[in-house]
Amino acid sequence: MTINMISEDNQIILSLSGRLDATNAPKLEAELKKSINGVEKLVFDFKELEYISSAGLRVLLNSQKVMNKQGEMIVRNVNDTIADVFEITGFVDILTIE
Amino acid sequence: MKELTVDATVDNITSVTDFVDEQLNAFGCPLKAKMQIDIAIDELFGNIAHYAYKPDVGPATVRVEENENPPAVIITFIDHGVQYDPLSAEEPDITLSAEERRVGGLGIYIVKKSMDEITYEYKDGQNILKIKKNI
Repeated sequence: MTINMISEDNQIILSLSGRLDATNAPKLEAELKKSINGVEKLVFDFKELEYISSAGLRVLLNSQKVMNKQGEMIVRNVNDTIADVFEITGFVDILTIE
Repeated sequence: MKELTVDATVDNITSVTDFVDEQLNAFGCPLKAKMQIDIAIDELFGNIAHYAYKPDVGPATVRVEENENPPAVIITFIDHGVQYDPLSAEEPDITLSAEERRVGGLGIYIVKKSMDEITYEYKDGQNILKIKKNI
């Protein structure tokens, strides 16, 4: 998985590509830990992301909890496979998906 | 039928996924089913890596078979670590808010919902978990 981060004012856009799985989730978590402080808008762009497993959901959930306190979080460009995972797990109701 | 035996570690998830994908490509498995199977590998092999031999490291075998009629893929995960039936885990409450949520149990739940069959048996000191996906 590669992470491409664009940071401007109090906004961050994280574009992920590849697989967000147990191998890669800690890398994303570490990146967020470094950057999420003071951020008011966090955008995940999943255009190039193939799939997400529960390890990735854990990171999204933790980020959503932080952003609920300090701003908003948006997940955009999810493919069919990822949309299914969000649907199955009820994450459609927790996340803001565009 | 092909199988791969490697140390059950998180670092080996990628090589197991690549091994299985190679067989799936040979079977002409559709992309979406392949991704769902890849997610299942992450969850199931990941569980073995995290818990089966804790705190040691031990081997796990991943077997891939094709069923021709009806067309399906069967993947079997075998380890001889601590006896554990992941199907016995309590189902997560997927209606809770972000604040109330715990992620535990979601992985196996995703696998149950996205595969057509999942079975577990403990035999000769081995955990044998089998998933089947119609393709």
